[in-house]
Amino acid sequence: MTMNKQGRATSIEAQSDVAPPTISGDRGLDHEEGLIFELGRPGMTGVDVPDVQMSEERLGGQRRRGPIGLPGLSEPEVVRHYVRLSRMNYAIDSGLYPLGSCTMKHNPRLNEKMARLPGFGDVHPLQPQQTVQGAFQLIGELMRWLTTMTGMPAVAMSPKAGAHGELCGLLAIRAAIEARGEKRPRILVPESAHGTNPATAAFAGFTVDEVPATKDGHVDADALEAKLGPDVCAIMLTNPNTCGLFEPRIIEMANAVHKAGAYFYCDGANFNAIAGRVRPGDLGIDAMHINLHKTFSTPHGGGGPGAGPVVLSERLAPYAPLPLLMHDGNEFRMIEHADEAGGGAKPFGRMCAFHGQMGMFTRALAYMLSHGRDGIRQASEDAVLSANYILASLKDVMSAPFGEGPCMHEALFDDSFLEGTGVTTLDFAKAMIDEGYHPMTMYFPLVVHGAMLIEPTESESKDSLDRFIHVLRTMAQEAKAGKIQRFEGAPRLAPRRRLDETAAARKPVLRWRPKNLPQAAE
Amino acid sequence: MRYHPLTTEDRAQMLARIGAKDIDALFRDVPKSAVVPLSAFDLPDTKGELEVERLMSRMAARNLAAGSVPSFCGAGAYRHHVPAAVDHLIQRSEFLTSYTPYQPEIAQGTLQYLFEFQTQVALLAGMEVANASLYDGSTATAEAVLMAQRLTRRSKAILSGGLHPHYAETVETVANLSGKVVRAPVTPGAAEDIAEMIDNETACVVVQSPDVFGLIRDLKPIAAAAHAKGALLIAVVTEAMSFGLLEPPGAQDADIVAAEGQSIGNGLNFGGPYVGLFATREKFIRQMPGRLSGETVDAEGRRGFVLTLSTREQHIRRDKATSNICTNSGLCCLAFTIHLSLLGEEGLTRLARQNHARAASLAVRLAKVRGVSLVTDSFFNEFTIRLSKPARSVVDALAERGIIAGVPASRLFPHDKQARDLLIVAATETNTDEDCEAFAKGLSEVLS
Repeated sequence: MTMNKQGRATSIEAQSDVAPPTISGDRGLDHEEGLIFELGRPGMTGVDVPDVQMSEERLGGQRRRGPIGLPGLSEPEVVRHYVRLSRMNYAIDSGLYPLGSCTMKHNPRLNEKMARLPGFGDVHPLQPQQTVQGAFQLIGELMRWLTTMTGMPAVAMSPKAGAHGELCGLLAIRAAIEARGEKRPRILVPESAHGTNPATAAFAGFTVDEVPATKDGHVDADALEAKLGPDVCAIMLTNPNTCGLFEPRIIEMANAVHKAGAYFYCDGANFNAIAGRVRPGDLGIDAMHINLHKTFSTPHGGGGPGAGPVVLSERLAPYAPLPLLMHDGNEFRMIEHADEAGGGAKPFGRMCAFHGQMGMFTRALAYMLSHGRDGIRQASEDAVLSANYILASLKDVMSAPFGEGPCMHEALFDDSFLEGTGVTTLDFAKAMIDEGYHPMTMYFPLVVHGAMLIEPTESESKDSLDRFIHVLRTMAQEAKAGKIQRFEGAPRLAPRRRLDETAAARKPVLRWRPKNLPQAAE
Repeated sequence: MRYHPLTTEDRAQMLARIGAKDIDALFRDVPKSAVVPLSAFDLPDTKGELEVERLMSRMAARNLAAGSVPSFCGAGAYRHHVPAAVDHLIQRSEFLTSYTPYQPEIAQGTLQYLFEFQTQVALLAGMEVANASLYDGSTATAEAVLMAQRLTRRSKAILSGGLHPHYAETVETVANLSGKVVRAPVTPGAAEDIAEMIDNETACVVVQSPDVFGLIRDLKPIAAAAHAKGALLIAVVTEAMSFGLLEPPGAQDADIVAAEGQSIGNGLNFGGPYVGLFATREKFIRQMPGRLSGETVDAEGRRGFVLTLSTREQHIRRDKATSNICTNSGLCCLAFTIHLSLLGEEGLTRLARQNHARAASLAVRLAKVRGVSLVTDSFFNEFTIRLSKPARSVVDALAERGIIAGVPASRLFPHDKQARDLLIVAATETNTDEDCEAFAKGLSEVLS
């Protein structure tokens, strides 16, 4: 037993049961934190910079005339501010993060360390190419892993995220169609697709035509075939699909697409289910982006940065965008202009400045080298096993529209088990927060009502899965038994209760302004 | 494998609960012909941390780290000192390993720093509002052009010849799909007459300042000319540090500002990941691409933040969205916002001044070298010099001497004869007097 210095024992009995409101507004380790603009003082800085007087100014008369309006803080104040903010966030490192379709797996810290080696992290993208051969080697090595894992001949490395990769793939397809002298304005997208698919198709100048799903959660292959025609440029399909199912007729669909003269784009968001076991190239896919931040574990970082390299079939490879990495047997060369490419390359353009998300490439390659092909296959198997374990353990108390299984790496539930309880999918998910869990993906995919999509990933131990299952089972049973107090207005134990999103959208306040300046009118 | 918590026994128990004979039974929907054995992958097996570290360190050692030698590369990516606290804080688990803040009750940390970031970007650019970042400066510029096309319902975009060519190509790749992109002539060290190219079909003019050669442009007359024809001015900034010393685009009547934020808080990283800054007028926000954090209150009336105006975005609007973008540059914008919080008004202003002073003294020093003349007479921390020999060979020769001399303009403009002898040189607070002297001396030897 610990004793305080006054000799009074700190025992459980000595504590009162309900804490009175605190004077500070903080609650123990939960600190409220003001905006950085409410904290500083003029003149203070957290970086010591010499005050250089300029003898001769060469700013062409464009020197800033007014103040910027930034606050001044010392380093300890800045550190405390961000540490306090960080404590208001849920993270994989602190708990299971079952967001379906997002693949929230463990982020090994070795990968962070590798990305920070000065030879990778402190290299300028336009340094002379002979001084960055190791960086090119790293990219080349990652390209080898990606093409080998997918069974595809080529890969475009520059896309900066999944949606950027989708755009890259569609632009390559567009270029290939144009090279054939054809015009094909239509793209087929299943109704279960991620929102980025139709958005990208529209962004790339195509019209979107939806393909329905069958009752068992697959893309309706017959409906797809019926929609194919000379005006169809491509189909964009996610496999395994967003219901967490492998498309059993995928090869058949690919053949039909190719027969109609169209291309097969695959959204690779769910590659984590099949990596090391199935090669998308064997399925007849022409282009697929790989979310390095999902399957290959580069950290999600609160919403980015990601990376979305796109593997390409033989037919699309010539249209890959600039820059192109070449190896002449002796050294690497980064081709930055179309006319230097040679070899039949007809790049459709450029996705971004420089060569892509090098910092993510380093992390992804560290992940791949650590896992090896056997570890990657094991990861996919464990991810699929864990999802099926959750499905099998919950389907009697929750409702699984495709519960006959097996599923791939994510388990889909709908809200029919909540019918008549007054509890919605949203309530159920928010109550999970009070139980210490991040909610699953909600209301997606759109093809089932009140969807709840759970992706545990391979990073959870069996104990962790069992605990999660116990909590969800109990919640489902309580909801059905009419014990709904914990769902009403949940969460109660998070840094914030439910937030008024309607008000936020109606009268948007998107920045701080000094008190004496009114918010600009809408 | 050290990252996989399941044991063989766990796996057997789990399969038993599922009622599956073995793991293969769970993959029964996969066509048999598509399942390949492990040997189909010509790749190595699992490795320990030490071995991976050894392999990758060997690759890293083949590169010349910019910080290990005098280094003067800019042209869209700049080497600045990043305070130790920045990298420490962004590696906190709660920032590093969290997802997009779709559950605001347990993501206030991310949402609040995004709100603060938006405010900082708006202040720097002198604009009313900013978003929570895009991928990088080049894609932000492309998004700005598409936004201008939507706002004006016009198709033509005119790009200044001083716009970084990678940016121009990125814009052309997407904006030519539904509109047309026209490039103004390249005029190193001078401003082209872009105002006279603007007509009644013009959606926007895109002008970078300081431009790719380092020249500071006067945006005000271009804004006036654009507005007179109903077009918008998009101002592009590739060196965010310049916001600390130069008149912001907002004060020069720009309608949209697209910028690269790498310089603040983020390392060179061989070109990415970086952070795209995007700011505009309040009246345009519903056509703005990308994520936004907005202020609101929770059920108990406490201030809080949520992602807002998502009816513009792909997960709600699908094919009617303003952009297909789904991520922002989260952790890079966190690094940006922490570094800027550390600097504050005073630190940023001083640092920007130091950058300018460093570049100005280097320009004077280099111009004294025989065979060197200064092309840009007004600049921030980057300028262009004309050499008496092709710049690429000079840069290669200096690299042999352990000096990274800058970016030969021919690398960016390979078809432009006038670019052959031009060298784009950046100097920042990381360059010492000794670095600059070594550069001048080396240059003088190589040119003699």
